[in-house]
Amino acid sequence: MRLDKTELMMLGVAVVLATSGLVAPQWLVFLLTMALAKSLVVQGVVMQMRAGLVTFGQGLYFCIGGYAVGMSGHFLTISDLPTLLLIGVASAVALAMILGLLMTRYREIFFAMLSLAFSMILYGMLVKSPGLGSTDGFNVIAWTLFGWSPASGQAPLALFVIIIAVSAVLAVLLHRYGHSSAGAMCEAIRENEVRVEYLGQSPRWVLYMNYVAAAGVSALGGGFMALAAGHIDPEMAYWITSGEFVFIALLGGTSHVAAPILAAILFAVVRTYAIELVPHSWQMILGVTLLAIIVFLPKGLWSLLSGQARRAKAVEAKA
Amino acid sequence: MLSVYAVLIDGAIYASWLFLVAAGLTVIYGVMRILNMAHGSFYAIGAYAAASLVGWYFNNGVGPVWVGYLMMLGCALAAGLAVGLLIERGLLRFMYGRDEVLMVIITYALLLILEDAMKMVWGVNPYFAYQPYAAMGRSVLAGLKVSNYDLMLVGVSLVIGFALWLWLERTHQGKVLRAVIHDREVAQAMGVNVRRVFTLVFVLGTVLGTLAGALTAPAISVAPGIGVEIIVLAFAVVVIGGMGSIEGAALGALLVGLSRAAAVHYAPQFELFVIYGVMALVLAVRPQGLFGRVLARKI
Repeated sequence: MRLDKTELMMLGVAVVLATSGLVAPQWLVFLLTMALAKSLVVQGVVMQMRAGLVTFGQGLYFCIGGYAVGMSGHFLTISDLPTLLLIGVASAVALAMILGLLMTRYREIFFAMLSLAFSMILYGMLVKSPGLGSTDGFNVIAWTLFGWSPASGQAPLALFVIIIAVSAVLAVLLHRYGHSSAGAMCEAIRENEVRVEYLGQSPRWVLYMNYVAAAGVSALGGGFMALAAGHIDPEMAYWITSGEFVFIALLGGTSHVAAPILAAILFAVVRTYAIELVPHSWQMILGVTLLAIIVFLPKGLWSLLSGQARRAKAVEAKA
Repeated sequence: MLSVYAVLIDGAIYASWLFLVAAGLTVIYGVMRILNMAHGSFYAIGAYAAASLVGWYFNNGVGPVWVGYLMMLGCALAAGLAVGLLIERGLLRFMYGRDEVLMVIITYALLLILEDAMKMVWGVNPYFAYQPYAAMGRSVLAGLKVSNYDLMLVGVSLVIGFALWLWLERTHQGKVLRAVIHDREVAQAMGVNVRRVFTLVFVLGTVLGTLAGALTAPAISVAPGIGVEIIVLAFAVVVIGGMGSIEGAALGALLVGLSRAAAVHYAPQFELFVIYGVMALVLAVRPQGLFGRVLARKI
């Protein structure tokens, strides 16, 4: 497998980030782990945004991933990390394969509303399930890796390294997907679906595969979140959580696979300080930022970076 | 038999409340094609305004009770006018013509801002204004004790629904509005001041939202987060009926109200499930909603 420049750069950043975890304070490692878990969910949102679909219900798969991991640990006493994550992804993919049949018939606000409805159905069911702790949720058991159980101090750092590795590999895969014919088709569907149909392609099939894949990616984020936080609750499926993912997706933009990761980390850092300094203004900061991005930076923060690169090239060309 | 009556009465009360909450949302969507996520905040603002003012009035004075009801209406109207004008003139009018989905996200940003703005104005402690609710007493209906305030809510919601329908279908202004709903550009070409219609409709929708909040305030404890909770409910109602349709919203409210009441009485664990379940079911079978019209695809 030959890697192009972007992919090599992303893998390089991942290695640097993972090694910096050895010297970083524990709170920072935890914060970055959570941010990366969220960024995986946001990747799922961005995948659909590239196809022109805004989901206000990606929390559904985030929650499914988290609960599948939590419940497998709790009821089946599985503690192997890869197995747990696979169960999470498989459950989400299975559900998405069913819901996708319906969801792909809808566009625009109908898609947004229906995705919201499904995630709220899950929320409603979990809230009314005393066996799963109702609104409180329950704790997730400690994980092991192929029989190795990390010592109490090691677990966060080990999980940090694992999630970086997974995020990096996934970023490379998604980068390739974005440049594949299916990924290009998604953008074509966003631009003009009817023309795609006239070209003899089935938008529904493309959107279906995209929806199912996005669900799997988001569930992976949910699974990591459950393992990192050690706790899950129905709030994961609440629509405000899904709204947060949409926010991060717009913050980063959809033009590059690294954008959601960057945005999720920025989001987590700013949130930590904002809640500390101005506890009752966090949502207002979010709202104002969101409006500012829509008006001034419709392609997200990433357009600042890529815009600069392009300008630099233009200067070079002149010289 | 008693429980059937209970379901019907509870359902009717809940449905009328739902209709009040959803009416403003559907009016705004129908004319402006904005699915307004901030509608829940309008509801919350109305509730806060009413609860703080009415609570203050009853705690400090010995004035007559009916003044309290007037104050509820008054502050709902004032708050709705102020907030609606501020948002439409100050923000939304610069956003017209953008994608429908983008408008959802813009109003989502508005919701986030308003949620914290309310915390700044009213703090995070709950407000209570139970007096108007308690003062009306209870009556016995089909062997069940029902609060008169809830019955009044049914009446108010019927009046508002009928008035809206009458305004839209039987007045000149309503005709202009329907023209805008049908085709914005042609209406504009015929000399309709679409911008003014938009301002009017948005303020009307906002007032309907604050009114719903003000009328609900005496029955609940007004605390942060009430707006976020109801917005999804209102979506469900509006989506079921067909977005932008008054009759649709009424039918959607009735459907959701009765199903929820039935769930509460017979299978309480499905209470939340039922509401969104009905919404998903209707969307699956009739995506444009029960009263919505199908749009032709444009290339």
